Amino acid sequence: MNTPEVWKESAAIESAINEMACCLARQLERRGLQNPAMIGIHTGGVWVAERLHGLLGLSEPLGHLDISFYRDDFTRIGVHPQVRPSRLPVRVDDRHLILVDDVLQTGRTVRAALNVLFDYGRPASVTLAVLVTRDGRELPIAADVTGFEGFFGAGEQVKLSGPNPLVLLRTRRDVRRDPSIMPPLPAGEGLG
Amino acid sequence: MTHLHTQLDAQGRLRHFLTIEGLSRKLLIELLDQAEGFLGVAQQAVKKVPLCRGKVVANLFFETSTRTRTTFELAAKRLSADVLNLNISTSATAKGESLLDTLRNLEAMHVDMFVVRHAESGTAHFMAAHAAPHVSIINAGDGRHAHPTQALLDMFTIRRHKGGFDHLRVAIVGDILHSRVARSQMLALKTLRVPDIRVIAPRTLLPAKVEEAFGVSAYYDLAEGIRDVDVIIMLRLQRERMSSALLPSEHEYFQLFGLTEERMKAAKPDAIVMHPGPINRGVEMDSAVADGRRSVILEQVTNGIAVRMAVMAMCLGSQGSK
Repeated sequence: MNTPEVWKESAAIESAINEMACCLARQLERRGLQNPAMIGIHTGGVWVAERLHGLLGLSEPLGHLDISFYRDDFTRIGVHPQVRPSRLPVRVDDRHLILVDDVLQTGRTVRAALNVLFDYGRPASVTLAVLVTRDGRELPIAADVTGFEGFFGAGEQVKLSGPNPLVLLRTRRDVRRDPSIMPPLPAGEGLG
Repeated sequence: MTHLHTQLDAQGRLRHFLTIEGLSRKLLIELLDQAEGFLGVAQQAVKKVPLCRGKVVANLFFETSTRTRTTFELAAKRLSADVLNLNISTSATAKGESLLDTLRNLEAMHVDMFVVRHAESGTAHFMAAHAAPHVSIINAGDGRHAHPTQALLDMFTIRRHKGGFDHLRVAIVGDILHSRVARSQMLALKTLRVPDIRVIAPRTLLPAKVEEAFGVSAYYDLAEGIRDVDVIIMLRLQRERMSSALLPSEHEYFQLFGLTEERMKAAKPDAIVMHPGPINRGVEMDSAVADGRRSVILEQVTNGIAVRMAVMAMCLGSQGSK
């Protein structure tokens, strides 16, 4: 793998998160979604969610979601070595939820996150906010609110580094994104 | 070490879980960390994760057990595996089928994991040595040899209460000689670098050279042994041993080695009391202690599910890795 290069600097990211917060506020108002609960997906999603949570002034505590036990590649790579327990401080049943992640690529992480949420209860709705949406979707999943859109080559990866400052890094991988030859992911790295 | 080669695959990942012996501190900590994540599954409305969906786990209990078998069954079900509970007393084994034939027949039914309890030491190792490459064996207690998941859940419970291991004084009290739990606990405590491990028992219930073999201190007096300890692990006195003249009577045992509130004063004020169960009340300990504020005995049962989930997930996860 090549050395990561900076794709988006901290200032651009903070500005994008501010815009995401405004966009989310407008959406919530337009759709009449009262008192939503925000949940970040480990690890990058939690960093973005912490900022959005503060900007929106949400009253409920922020939830954390670890999707390791719901990954669809368990039989290939085994159990994730660094699992942090999910923490959902509010009841999910009949709640409007805002799910936050750093990068939306294949859609598999979001699918897994939705499965986790539904094992806690039946939410009234789930709004998806992601800092970056990029090419490479493998499932029919789209974000409601996005900070950046990016198009990268097949071997390129975009990853959020943080928590302070937040920097988006772009790396060219030497392997093709073919699941059958995909090597085990490093600890803490999501499927996008 | 031979066990090490049996338990780990070529990449050093856990393939079977047969004994604590030979496992690294890093691997034990990884299992404990993993269990921490699984503990939260019980808080979900749906107490399941899909990790081992499609896998088949067979509980092969040649010795009676309720708690261990049930927690293994729940652990497998919480991982979304399918579970077979084989009633050995009415099975083909009772009709003369060999252990290997039983293994081969169940493998032919595409069982991915066997949880084995047997009165003979070494049964789980034997099965692991003969199991197909895609099959994992978990030792749920073999003879006097090992009960590694019980030891691991005890370590998990200790860490949750004490935060770590490198500052602790831990006492194990009771029938050390016959106890596979004690053997596994001593190995686990040593691997996790507990600096002061004490075993407390009548001389007739302590193995010869236990101090040299396990790096522990032996005490023959309860009050002296539990002085300033952080953790007291009481063992079940196996009533069936009473007839073999190793002990004069249950009553006398309780007089000398039974844990009471009064005797607990010698330990640290925040010491916890553990027991692998089932408890003989009034033999190993008073009910006041068993049900008291420092008892974590029921927590051990709860933690046992998360720890067994971690062991199963790690073994089943390594099956698909190339």
